[in-house]
Amino acid sequence: MRKVYFDHSATTPTAPEVASLMVEYMTTHYGNPSSVHSFGRETKKALIKARAQVAELIGANPLEILFTSGGTEADNIAIRGVAKANKKRGNHIITTQIEHHAVLHACEALEKEGFRVTYVPVDEYARVNPKDIEDAICDDTILISVMFANNEVGTLQPIKEIGKIAKEHGIYFHTDAVQAVGNYPIDVNEYGIDLLTMSAHKFHGPKGVGALYIRKGVKIRPISFGGAQERTLRPGTENIPGIIGLGKAAEIAKAELEGKMAHLQRLRDRLITGIQERIDEAKLNGHPTERMPGNVNFSFRYIEGEALLLNLDLRGIAGSSGSACTSGSLDPSHVLLAMGMTHEIAHGSLRLSLGRDNTDEDVDYCLEVLPEIVARLRSMSPLYNGNKEA
Amino acid sequence: MYTDKVMDHFTNPRNVGEIKDASGVGEVGNAKCGDIMRIYLDIEDDRIKDVKFKTFGCGAAIATSSMVTELVIGKTLKEALEVTNNTVAEALDGLPPAKMHCSNLAADAMHAAIQDYMKKEKVQA
Repeated sequence: MRKVYFDHSATTPTAPEVASLMVEYMTTHYGNPSSVHSFGRETKKALIKARAQVAELIGANPLEILFTSGGTEADNIAIRGVAKANKKRGNHIITTQIEHHAVLHACEALEKEGFRVTYVPVDEYARVNPKDIEDAICDDTILISVMFANNEVGTLQPIKEIGKIAKEHGIYFHTDAVQAVGNYPIDVNEYGIDLLTMSAHKFHGPKGVGALYIRKGVKIRPISFGGAQERTLRPGTENIPGIIGLGKAAEIAKAELEGKMAHLQRLRDRLITGIQERIDEAKLNGHPTERMPGNVNFSFRYIEGEALLLNLDLRGIAGSSGSACTSGSLDPSHVLLAMGMTHEIAHGSLRLSLGRDNTDEDVDYCLEVLPEIVARLRSMSPLYNGNKEA
Repeated sequence: MYTDKVMDHFTNPRNVGEIKDASGVGEVGNAKCGDIMRIYLDIEDDRIKDVKFKTFGCGAAIATSSMVTELVIGKTLKEALEVTNNTVAEALDGLPPAKMHCSNLAADAMHAAIQDYMKKEKVQA
């Protein structure tokens, strides 16, 4: 059976050249970079190179890059670290309703510790209005955190405008750019970003490693304690194979970015148009143009997302859904609900996220299989005929 | 993760459809929680002659609907009323814990269809 992987927003395959380099740093160059001897020095050199590769990808200085265990840890260090370090200046944080749980739950935890958090709403396309961010600013606001691109519906946020507002008001600006880094061009200076979260496995690096960009001068405090690694902000022996892998993946992403974006956009638009032509009452979720190059997200009325995913999986196609059954709770995704979607429509959502190895044949195959599956599930749905005229 | 039996009933659901002029129709669930099950019964001499279902929902919702139709076809109403949501889950070799609560409502829909039939009978009598 044909296998089509359309879940690159969840994770991507590690690039073979990244994986083979990582093996070298497990078996041959295994020294601890804190060690004085040649084994340690060798690894230290590689660590410095990886930092430069990551900095290069986002237009930062290598000394502004902090390696972490992934996006979640980077988000936590950014939010908790800035909140704790700037408590004297104020205790108000602004974020949005559609952030990843790593940001939302970190903010909720701070609320329990006495901080105030404003969760700014989004429009029907999951886009934040910069004016709403500005209106939420108070005298005691210390941090604004808005994701670069949404992980479910792919909507790109007006980061440049928000960066400008933050700067004008002298407030730190953090962006969770896990979906965007390596898949969309980012320059931290051009966008006015003070802190930025990235994760290696979203752009053909390994799982379990990420980075936090912290602009020079930002006041931040450690949230865990130990040795002097990563300027004490992320103590513990460095995950060298992971960091080397992240560096290599960043280098490849930078070189491939333009070509990859054009390829993904073309496949994405073919898939979107193809679905719209073949399936009635299919609603594109997210912004029609301001969206990630590889993101396709639809709601199919009258059917439920998990049933759709299972059927696609039986035909070899891997996707994901914002339905309650796949979100691990009784409610469908908080992102789809924040966009004003009804529960019923949100339950029927399907995300297909494309990657660099996908082909036109993958899109053709999906367009052949998907309409049959939707039709079959609709024929079983008690909502289908009853609600059609309504 | 679903059992083989759940996947079998999900991929080849039994008795999908509607019954015109059904003796009783029962519906449970709502679109908000993502599961709606509707069961149609054709009843003759207190026995379920035919049963059909339509379901909006996840894999477990479809599989339990299919299974309940198999369990009650040919049964007397009394026997059918003894079939519970748990009976259905057991017949499928179990459901993931998260699904026991939200998607295991097929027997309730079937009971609702029997109640509907009994109500109609009473009116006629």
